[in-house]
Amino acid sequence: MTQAPERYIGGGVPRKEDPALVTGRANWTDNIKLPGMLHVSLLRSPYAHAKITSIDVSAAREQPGVVAAFTGDDLAEDWDKNPQANPAAVTGYGMSLDQRVRQAQEGGESSVTDTPETTGEQPVDEKTRTFVSWIPTDDTKIPNHWPVARDEVNYAGDIVAVVVATDRYKAQDALEFIEVDYEPMEPVVDVEAAVADGAPLVHEDIGTNESFTWTLATGDIDDAFNRADVTIKERYLQQRLIPNAIETRGVVANPDAITGGYTVYSSTQIPHILKYVLAVYCDVPEQQLRVVAPDVGGGFGSKLNVYAEEVIALVLARKLGVPIKWIEDRSENYLATIHGRGQVQDIELAATSEGKILGMRVNLLADMGAYLMLDGPGIPILGAFVYPGVYTFDAYDFSVTGVFTNMTPTDAYRGAGRPEACFAIERIIEALAREVGLDPVEVRRRNFYEPFDEPTDTPAGIQYDSMNMPMVLDRVLELADYEGLLEEQRRRRESGDPVQLGIGFSTYTEICGLAPSQVLAGLRTGGSGWETAKVQMLASGKVEVITGTSPHGQGHVTSWSQIAADALGVDVNDVEILHGDTALSPYGRDTYGSRSLPVGGVSVHLAAQQVVDKARKISAHMLEAAEGDMEFEGGRFSVAGSPDQNVTIQDVAAAAYMNYDLPEGMEPVLSEEVFWDPPNFTFPFGAHICVTEVDTETGFVKIRDYFGVDDCGPVINPIIVDGQLHGGIAQGVAQALYEEAIYDEEGNLTTGSMVDYLIPGAPELPKYTLERTVTPSPTNVMGVKGVGEAGTIGAPPAVINSVVDALSPYGITHIDMPASPWKVWQAIQDAQGQEAGTRDADLSGRPSQAADSTDTEGGTDS
Amino acid sequence: MRRIQMTVDGRAHVAEVEPRLLLLHHLRENLGIGGVHTGCNTTSCGACTVHIDGESVKSCTVLAVQADGHEVTTVRGIMENGLWHPMQQAFHEAHGLQCGYCTPGMIMASISLLKENPDATEQEIREGLEGNLCRCTGYENIVKAVQLVQQHTNGQPA
Ligand code: FES
Ligand code: FES
Repeated sequence: MTQAPERYIGGGVPRKEDPALVTGRANWTDNIKLPGMLHVSLLRSPYAHAKITSIDVSAAREQPGVVAAFTGDDLAEDWDKNPQANPAAVTGYGMSLDQRVRQAQEGGESSVTDTPETTGEQPVDEKTRTFVSWIPTDDTKIPNHWPVARDEVNYAGDIVAVVVATDRYKAQDALEFIEVDYEPMEPVVDVEAAVADGAPLVHEDIGTNESFTWTLATGDIDDAFNRADVTIKERYLQQRLIPNAIETRGVVANPDAITGGYTVYSSTQIPHILKYVLAVYCDVPEQQLRVVAPDVGGGFGSKLNVYAEEVIALVLARKLGVPIKWIEDRSENYLATIHGRGQVQDIELAATSEGKILGMRVNLLADMGAYLMLDGPGIPILGAFVYPGVYTFDAYDFSVTGVFTNMTPTDAYRGAGRPEACFAIERIIEALAREVGLDPVEVRRRNFYEPFDEPTDTPAGIQYDSMNMPMVLDRVLELADYEGLLEEQRRRRESGDPVQLGIGFSTYTEICGLAPSQVLAGLRTGGSGWETAKVQMLASGKVEVITGTSPHGQGHVTSWSQIAADALGVDVNDVEILHGDTALSPYGRDTYGSRSLPVGGVSVHLAAQQVVDKARKISAHMLEAAEGDMEFEGGRFSVAGSPDQNVTIQDVAAAAYMNYDLPEGMEPVLSEEVFWDPPNFTFPFGAHICVTEVDTETGFVKIRDYFGVDDCGPVINPIIVDGQLHGGIAQGVAQALYEEAIYDEEGNLTTGSMVDYLIPGAPELPKYTLERTVTPSPTNVMGVKGVGEAGTIGAPPAVINSVVDALSPYGITHIDMPASPWKVWQAIQDAQGQEAGTRDADLSGRPSQAADSTDTEGGTDS
Repeated sequence: MRRIQMTVDGRAHVAEVEPRLLLLHHLRENLGIGGVHTGCNTTSCGACTVHIDGESVKSCTVLAVQADGHEVTTVRGIMENGLWHPMQQAFHEAHGLQCGYCTPGMIMASISLLKENPDATEQEIREGLEGNLCRCTGYENIVKAVQLVQQHTNGQPA
């Protein structure tokens, strides 16, 4: 008899990735050593904005161990070989803009066709060198982005020269012998200053600091504001963040003597996209390029890009004919790897006196930094679709202007546009609650969608897949004992406790599962959103799964094994997952945007199902039964009604491999490949409560508890999902309380090290109390939604709402992120100064050590 | 160049090194121990943590010449009789790692944390690991892993 099959999906299968990682045997890019390999060091501009008046690398060439040294001009023709090709910008990964426009028009997508000047003309000169793929409008201004600057540097960190030497120390030493004369120019280091009249221009040839303006409008927004009983206008700042994957970036480019091509190993999230862009940028035939993402030590969006250093390594490998290695220093990582966030958000709400939202206006300034990176312009646009959040209303008006500044370029950082959106709506809903005199829980309830499990229209013109907000909110209120917390808060307020209690909410949704390719085309992302998987059973009955996703901590090897093992009815340890090497998996759309499970994992499931379908036919043939009579359970096909007549899927795999007795016309082996393009995104949702203790005397915020009820649909591996939430919430808490990239007036990054930039350590982060509900997505057969960014999106408003709630007796209604002790303390001082007039205002200039002489509301002295 | 001799993971190594060479780079580049990771080179992240004579040290704060004559243990040298060290096992069981880049340093720091304070409270564990940054896990499961080892050591079921 067949025994009950082991089901892996939903179980906490221990990670298959771990053995190599806990024993120090992983294969990081920096562990790769090849015979004859040379090392690259890069000289970077100390100026945020300057002309290079002269540059001389000849003395560097004379240094011990140095093999070569180059300026930007020396290398210019190495990436200028292909006069037609403008990598991402014009071709959009293989599709001309022309084609994209046409496809979008045929598909009826509005964001391209609504632009009146759509002519199909290329928005950039084909000679423009750029890494940008997502070009939001026809008139997007795209600056030249040379991998090594030629006559001008535009941010502190821009590369100006390259040294190649026999080891890293020697390459580094030689940098000191490069002579560069700069003529400093006035930098622009503030996104608002950049759009003011008379602002210095980051790129003079472009003639403006505004790269693009992109809009989205639904419903009658003026009518909504005319009808409103209350209107609220707020401004929020999204500080720049530095992703700080603990493994920095690195690349090794190896000329292949046999094929005449190249293998590029890179610490990247996107080997497939990288391969295409490198091929075009450097004019290496794509079929002669192989890109490998070895073990990758975290990404968070920062390795979802094509970087100058990858291009430099490849052209040097071609030029010098030897393997070339570049490993990023942490200090370079701060300057030269993309930053995240960097937005000024103006948001307005129109509502009734009952707290029902009627309409919303959003105006953003988005800091692009000095150049446009792969998806940089698209980040605020991704956010545009979730500003309405978990609330339904009639009219929505959104606009974003992308702005050049003389700072590190920005792009995707965990959440990418959606944490910004979630923060804005979840903050302004609190303002609405205050305005109409409702509890923040109640005002949310009044605007929630009725629970739904089929695609439902939203104010942003897209369709959410499934949602049940009352359920997650009710559960998190129970979990946190909201009533008990309110009681404690009352007590502390009444007794004038110097440590006040804050209760902060966040009810969020976000966009996962990037993405339907047609929608991506309509948005002009320059990319496609399908994913692929190949499931092959070997002669021995073991299984190989080839996936186009590229994990860097997410545990795909384990989760994909669970999916395949369940579908095929085999042991999870009999499945191997192959990924991250374009020679193994020529196709793939890689890992970002919480897409891997809802697109890539689903593809594994679909391919495994196809293997089962074929195996079923063969099993019927083997047992001389009708295909329709075959039952499949626990990896065994049996004939309905006579369970003794059966074969295992491993037997079938062997028969399929041997190919001497298969059904007429059937091809040998069990190997099926699927390319799956999802019909919609997926939308996880949840409700979080952050409980803070705010010391009003020191401004210090302690997160006492963090409760979350999240719904990402059915869960493949609860251990991994919890881990994603822990890490995601941690990065959200980090934005709310600790992290900020700060530039001085000259454009120097003053938080350019782990000492100055406050990455939270174990003592700074709370323990989490998490639960889940399960609302399947109708977008895919597995019902799965994705979870990689949920925590980072949900957490910041929960934390800030909590801090503001704790301080509400002072009349404090907002504190910008990060809510550092100094900022909190200052807000209290300001609030008291306003209340008490000049007496306390005189104290406001005192340093924080003087806190003992200030009065809190309850009159407590310490 | 200076001639140095040290025992690394139980094996003696003699090398000629520049006086400025960091122990971290000596282990990685000269001895090929890729299980010691570089995160910052500036004593901030803890990814490079090893034991010198049983004490946990960030190997980027030590010059190779300073380790002359000493015994260095990396994450590759803590298995016993072919079995994982209990801390390695606990990180696996508690899902105390995601990308795994901080993990060798985290494991080495955790081992010496419990050696110094076997009954460390949760808060003490968190503070003891302050010098080791992890960007993936939010630390919750790292703390759990250390507690798992405490439970095993105290003979309680995990
Ligand atoms: S590499 Fe040594 S502490 Fe970061
Ligand atoms: S597991 Fe990725 S940094 Fe800790």
